[in-house]
Amino acid sequence: MSALLEFREVSVVYGGVTAVDKVSMSAEAGQIHGLIGPNGAGKSTLFNVASGLVQPRQGTVLLEGADITAMGSYKRARLRMARTFQQLELFGVLSVYDNVLTAAEIRRSWARDHSDSKADALQALERTGLAEMAQERSDRLPTGLARLLEVARALATRPKVLLLDEPAAGLNEQETRTLGKLLIGLADDGLAIVLVEHDMDLVMQICSVVTVLNLGKVLLTAAPDDVRKDQAVLSAYLGSAEVNV
Amino acid sequence: MQDLLAYTIFGLVTASIYAIAASGLVVTYTTSGVFNLAHGAIGMFGAFIYWQLRFSWGWPAWIALLLVVFVLSPIFGCGLEKALMRNLTDATEATKLAVTIGVLVALVGAATWIWDPNLSRPFAAFYQGNKVDILGVPVTWDQLITVGIGALCAVGLRVLLYRTRIGLDMRAVVDDRALVLLNGGRPDRASMFSWAIGSMLASLAGILIAPYIQLSVVPLTLLVVNAYAAAVIGKLRSLPLTFLGAAIIGLLQSYAVGYLPTSTVQWMQHVPDTIPILVLFVALLVLPHQRLRGHTGRRGRESFPVPTYKMALIGSAVVVGLACALAPLLSTQPLFSMSSGLGLGIVGLSLVPLLGYGGQISLCQMTFAGIGAVVYAHATGGGSPLGLVVAFVVAAAVGALTALPAIRLRGLYLALATAALAEFCDTFVFGLSSVTVFGHHIPLFGNGTLPAARLQVPFVDVSNDRVYLVVLAVIFCAIGFGIVALRRSRHGRVLLAMRESPAACAMLGLRLTTVKLAVFSLSAGIAGVGGALLAGLSTQVAPDQFSFFQSLPLLLLMMAGGVGMVSGAFFGALALGLFSTLGTMSSLFSRGSSLLPGLVGIGLGSQPNGVASDIGAGLSALVRRRGAQVPAVETDVVTEGWDEQCIEWEFLGMDGRISRREQQILDDSLGLKVG
Ligand SMILES: Nc1ncnc2c1ncn2[C@@H]1O[C@H](COP(=O)(O)OP(=O)(O)O)[C@@H](O)[C@H]1O
Ligand SMILES: [Mg+2]
Repeated sequence: MSALLEFREVSVVYGGVTAVDKVSMSAEAGQIHGLIGPNGAGKSTLFNVASGLVQPRQGTVLLEGADITAMGSYKRARLRMARTFQQLELFGVLSVYDNVLTAAEIRRSWARDHSDSKADALQALERTGLAEMAQERSDRLPTGLARLLEVARALATRPKVLLLDEPAAGLNEQETRTLGKLLIGLADDGLAIVLVEHDMDLVMQICSVVTVLNLGKVLLTAAPDDVRKDQAVLSAYLGSAEVNV
Repeated sequence: MQDLLAYTIFGLVTASIYAIAASGLVVTYTTSGVFNLAHGAIGMFGAFIYWQLRFSWGWPAWIALLLVVFVLSPIFGCGLEKALMRNLTDATEATKLAVTIGVLVALVGAATWIWDPNLSRPFAAFYQGNKVDILGVPVTWDQLITVGIGALCAVGLRVLLYRTRIGLDMRAVVDDRALVLLNGGRPDRASMFSWAIGSMLASLAGILIAPYIQLSVVPLTLLVVNAYAAAVIGKLRSLPLTFLGAAIIGLLQSYAVGYLPTSTVQWMQHVPDTIPILVLFVALLVLPHQRLRGHTGRRGRESFPVPTYKMALIGSAVVVGLACALAPLLSTQPLFSMSSGLGLGIVGLSLVPLLGYGGQISLCQMTFAGIGAVVYAHATGGGSPLGLVVAFVVAAAVGALTALPAIRLRGLYLALATAALAEFCDTFVFGLSSVTVFGHHIPLFGNGTLPAARLQVPFVDVSNDRVYLVVLAVIFCAIGFGIVALRRSRHGRVLLAMRESPAACAMLGLRLTTVKLAVFSLSAGIAGVGGALLAGLSTQVAPDQFSFFQSLPLLLLMMAGGVGMVSGAFFGALALGLFSTLGTMSSLFSRGSSLLPGLVGIGLGSQPNGVASDIGAGLSALVRRRGAQVPAVETDVVTEGWDEQCIEWEFLGMDGRISRREQQILDDSLGLKVG
């Protein structure tokens, strides 16, 4: 296996506050890599660095071994990286279907192939279970489904690397299970997935590796079972009662 | 040497005034998040009131000055903030700008209404006639006073922002209102205070500059462009860089007046006036690329239905039918007003793909129309339809050139660049009597206006004004049809997607600059066609017909009509036609004619979607006999870029920000990072 996406000693500073501190981490093809940590740990910031929305103070980001640290967001996407946003970035006035269709069409325009955008869009909706509400305006969706739509939209670009920022927040148990299955299926297809999630059951079930961030630093990277037992992780989570480890 | 010193001193005087104006702009923008395009208009109004008190009623200068700057202006600023701007925190950038444009237009309307623009109003400087000698250069007292006030403002702002509680709140308020609240601050008060300060500085600048450029409405109002040119050098947030920018502009302008052969070479006459604009464009070019940020402004709240071809057909039939029915009935004046309303409507249509779909703001559509008109006047001896194509192409090219420097930056910068282009054309291009390109002599406005032929259509006698109205209606519908087709295509979806979330689009692999550039050129081209048709209406091109000040009411009325829909542009056109008909009926109305669009613009603050969708919804409800209630869409919290918009006093990067601990409190209080 090879690292598709790799962070090397990445640091981000916001006006004097170090939000991400020398983080190294890599996501491999065919794996779901969990990224957990309390609020403000720097998880979303790390995603922003990966997708080019935030420039790191230090460190490099590699995609398939190539340095993409200074590359524009749209070029990274064309190298087949896709992401979802914790703070939703849906195309609110467009329907659920048009959100996904637009993504597929944009992909088609830069990939310059003759794929069928409509089929891509429908397939992404089917996989995420959103096909039934295809004609709904996307800003009328409950947040849980809106997060799923973010996933569907990312899938419509046929990514190799998929960054998911809390996709299961707001989903019920049933929906979470479906999402888990979908992610496992995607990993089996060879995608590298980085999953930021507060639902520990989900993370522990489907991730093969978990990285724990706290105050911008990596506490540890290990298999789920080892993370569960680790003392440092437990103490990092003490006080943030919302999260059950 | 003596000369150089004299020009330097004079440059510093101008620079001081620009700095006063620009720092006011920066303080309000960074604290309240609203970029106040009415800044110059407020200064203009202040100067007029000062004139009224000081020269018309003969009050002592210092009483008049204190009353205007320290009493009336802050009251006005607070009132604006409380009545309008406070409600805009979750509005889109376009709505925010539109409301301040509404204030601008209304103030201009009010001022021309109160103070007859045809009278001259001498405006003496302070202590006129008194001079001191500095190294052999005579310097008037008032110039010294101006520089002194400029320095005082710099010191005063520094103390205010860094030594007072309210200053701390002001620096923090755009970062986050919640954090300010948490620390016992009062974000609303800080925002209101910033508007008070902004208005004071605007008035002060207006009063100081009035002796140099005469007391007239338009130049004083346009002072805002010079001010924001300086502010752009400070990235709209750094006060020291803004002062530096003001100094650069003031000095360059003064040297240009001194050393360019402005009186002998005819075309150079107005070059010094364009210096701030040239500096602005250079500044835009060198400004660092701004990273996209997720979740910036509010998304559009509107619910425009996807237009169908059937709707478009019915709409076209109605418009053309209406034109056919009205054409024989109307008398000459209303006929002309309605025709020009439709012509302006075509220019307004250009805003539908740009602003309505793509969410990009342009303040110079009439300038593109003017360029189209000039090109059309030259391209076609006999009014061949090919001329429209040429007008489209040239206007589109100019549009692309204008947008290019600003396209990498946030939408606000694009808007500022377009306003600058409009002023550039007003002060320079539209004042040229002729140009020579590659040895070809092209006459422009040497005789005041440029003759233009009317469009020739086979088998139709367009020289008849009544027929031309119908022709305009048909062309309006044809372009409208094209825009409907655009909206229904994948390009239309991409435009809406870009408006809704640029960050998400980029992460799908979309190159935003290309899309923005394309839609901006398309829009400029359509405006150019509209301009060509307008030129054909009066068979001449008059430069003031296409001035910056014509673009603003147009924009406001189009937004009020509903810029997300083609029918919105039609309602806007109708309103423009009606206003201009009213204007011909009463001179009082025509003098205050911009008051109405101004008030309409101000109303956009509470009704950002315009009327078209409401009318459409009402009609379809009537047709279907069931009033389907559109559920209100929830608005979510905006987190404006925190690391972007904090007022900086120190040069870049030296400013201390909120601590990690404060950040934590903030995160918890907002529940931003949902656990
Ligand atoms: N645009 C920003 N400006 C300043 N500070 C920020 C910005 N975005 C995030 N932060 C800060 O960086 C830290 C990490 O945030 P984030 O990456 O969103 O955490 P997580 O996603 O792990 O909850 C937090 O302390 C947050 O307040
Ligand atoms: Mg996060």
